[in-house]
Amino acid sequence: MTDEFDDDLDFSPAIERAAATSETARRTRVAASKRAATRPTGTAGSKAPKARGRWRRRLASSVILGAALVGSGLGYGLFSSASSADETASSADDIEAGRILFTTSCIACHGANLEGVKNRGPSLIGIGSAATYFQVSTGRMPAMRQEAQIPEKDPKFTDEESRQLAAYVQSNGGGNELPEGNLRDGDVAEGGELFRLNCASCHNFAGKGAPLSAGAYAPAINATDEQIYAVMLSGAQNMPTFSDNQLTPAQKRSIVSYIQSLKASNDPGGAAIGRAGPVPEGLVIFIVGIGGLMGVILWIGAKS
Amino acid sequence: MTAPTATQRRKAPSTPIGKAGTWVDERLSPATGLRKQLNKVFPDHWSFMMGEIALYSFIILLLSGTYLTFFFDSSMTEVQYDGSYTPLRGIEMTRAYASTLDISFDVRGGLIVRQIHHWAALLFVAAMIIHMFRVFFTGAYRKPREINWLIGLGLITMGLVEGFAGYSLPDDLLSGTGLRIAHAIMLSLPVIGTWVAFLIFGAEFPGTEILGRLYIVHVLLIPALLAALIGAHMALLIKQKHTQFAGPGRTEDTVQGERLYPLYAAKAGGFFFLVFGFVAALSGLVQINPIWLYGPYKPSQVSAGSQPDFYIGFLDGSTRLFPPWEIRLFEHTIPPLMWPTLVLPGILFTLAGAYPFIEAKMTKDKAHHNLLQRPRDAPVRTGLGAMAISFYMVLLLSGGNDLIAYAFDISLNAMTWAGRIGVFVLPPLAYLITYRICLGLQRHDREVLDHGLETGIIRRLPSGEFIEVHQPLGPVDDHGHSVLQYAGAPVPKKMNKLGQPGRTLRGFFSPVKEKAELQARMDAAIEAESHDPEPKALSSRVD
Repeated sequence: MTDEFDDDLDFSPAIERAAATSETARRTRVAASKRAATRPTGTAGSKAPKARGRWRRRLASSVILGAALVGSGLGYGLFSSASSADETASSADDIEAGRILFTTSCIACHGANLEGVKNRGPSLIGIGSAATYFQVSTGRMPAMRQEAQIPEKDPKFTDEESRQLAAYVQSNGGGNELPEGNLRDGDVAEGGELFRLNCASCHNFAGKGAPLSAGAYAPAINATDEQIYAVMLSGAQNMPTFSDNQLTPAQKRSIVSYIQSLKASNDPGGAAIGRAGPVPEGLVIFIVGIGGLMGVILWIGAKS
Repeated sequence: MTAPTATQRRKAPSTPIGKAGTWVDERLSPATGLRKQLNKVFPDHWSFMMGEIALYSFIILLLSGTYLTFFFDSSMTEVQYDGSYTPLRGIEMTRAYASTLDISFDVRGGLIVRQIHHWAALLFVAAMIIHMFRVFFTGAYRKPREINWLIGLGLITMGLVEGFAGYSLPDDLLSGTGLRIAHAIMLSLPVIGTWVAFLIFGAEFPGTEILGRLYIVHVLLIPALLAALIGAHMALLIKQKHTQFAGPGRTEDTVQGERLYPLYAAKAGGFFFLVFGFVAALSGLVQINPIWLYGPYKPSQVSAGSQPDFYIGFLDGSTRLFPPWEIRLFEHTIPPLMWPTLVLPGILFTLAGAYPFIEAKMTKDKAHHNLLQRPRDAPVRTGLGAMAISFYMVLLLSGGNDLIAYAFDISLNAMTWAGRIGVFVLPPLAYLITYRICLGLQRHDREVLDHGLETGIIRRLPSGEFIEVHQPLGPVDDHGHSVLQYAGAPVPKKMNKLGQPGRTLRGFFSPVKEKAELQARMDAAIEAESHDPEPKALSSRVD
């Protein structure tokens, strides 16, 4: 997974950033989270009879994987894909629908067989449904252009379409799968401790985002439970992968619980001014504090 | 207060307060001395109230801080939190952090007092800084007030240390990170660094001593020092009398203003409550230092956007801008951290302290000054001040350059380089621009003094030439030029400022003007111009 994105970074990314201001980005996130919120939770990873199409799926994935193996020379790919293809729970219809979406929207950069196109997009073989769902459902994919970091934007596909695409990519070489079930049943306090240890150094203590070097950044976390879990599993752009060996599924659920409780919590002290630490506080004391008291001074001065 | 003893009464007082005053006076006889002090005249200008904001913030800090000491525990013993804030329940933390959480969530009024304390701390330093600007730009530090300038500088320095100690006490992730940086700065001292760090921390970082020590420094040592310095600052102010701007009746030897009692005291007392109310409102409405979001300090953790409070921000900025130059000399390493965090502030504060003496030396000015200068009348000083402020602002903004980069979609590397270049390019530019603005303002004043005010009335001369009628500010010579000399005092720039002597623009939100009187003066001016027998004089007043 990280290899894929290291490839991505080699595509001589244009440094100029998207014209999208933080305001539009924020609106985008709000829209995305609204959209995600309206999705009935029950549909998470719609299950169909496993027997149907299994052979076809297995055949197809073997063929494509063979091509990927030849291309990449990674011997271990065969193992992981064969085992995860067994666990794939998506229906053939979903995969077929995903294939159609892929051919219309993704093929230009990721290649007809997901093998990637040089200088455009990385191979998607083996990246799994978690990465695909995260990238597509947060609007990062399809990307507008190569740049320091591909920004979050209004998703181009509906949630259902994102899942179909994820199923299609999953069927091609397997990889990390989208999590299922309630992701918010973790221990909030433990999640906070893990969040501060693993996430706060880039995303800030309240998940409000912060810049990285050369125009890249760790975005503010406005994602759904599934998206947060998926991105921890798969990593994204500059974000490292947190495999189940580093953070167990229970720990990941704790982190999801903490992030969501943090977002839902109110600020007992008043206006949060961005939850960004002492910088906005300094701004407030000079603009509101000193500015306001200067008004008072001038008022007293004018009265005498 | 023994104020009633200072009243002008000669007869034996009959009121209870008066009797109490007599009782005190007969025993301690403060009346003579007090009367003199209470009759002391303070000059009146809005800019003289900035230092008062700092003084009142200090009082607020003492009051709110005392309340916080009832509940705060500076111990670094590890405990398991089981207070009201669920997201931290069961987490290991120091008693310092746990007790700060308790103050925030379980002590009645604890959160608002904590917020008042923190906002007042920011206001304290911010007000000292703008007060320093006022003193600098008006030349109030000149002889005989150099000592008070140095005391003021000491107050700001102590304010920074006091603020940093307070910021470190709650032992949240942010304050621990700050302490970690302070520790690294101590280590960066060549030769003695390790010893200094161990002396202060008493162990390897973080040890178990530092918070207890900082607590005593924060609640006893520095507050006492601050109070003593403030006392000396005020005593010198009373001894040397307050400076004032030049104007009618205000010279080097006379003070014009209000008596300390009752008018000035009433005004200052009222202003104290306004400042207190303002800080309380800010503290009720805007959250500051939400330590529960930061979490307890663990040396393994650090958050993005870990910044100091704004008054240390310029050192954070200088550290971010300084190139990673590591020097190895005689088996010793001089880390790059030392230059921007120890050498730079050392130079800056030394320069600030030496400035009054440098200026006196350069200008050969050994005179006794009680009159202030307007910034425009000392363009070099004003330019230097603008230079210093722009230098400081580049460092301060660089201290938050990560948030600026994130908020405005700029590359962080570009921000760093902008700061590195800006810190050298902007100060000279600020000097030049400010210097020219000062000269321009001075020239405009001189021009109004020479030619009079623009009335907005255009006249056509018999020759066909158009001129604007000017209203001279005083008597004119043969050429129609005013005989008034430039005296560094404000010059009226508009007709409606001519209405009456002294302050003519009354009212704050909408100026009150005596329209009829103004009109009469305008008419008189036009009349005078039209009967002027010397057209040459008129043409000399044409813009």
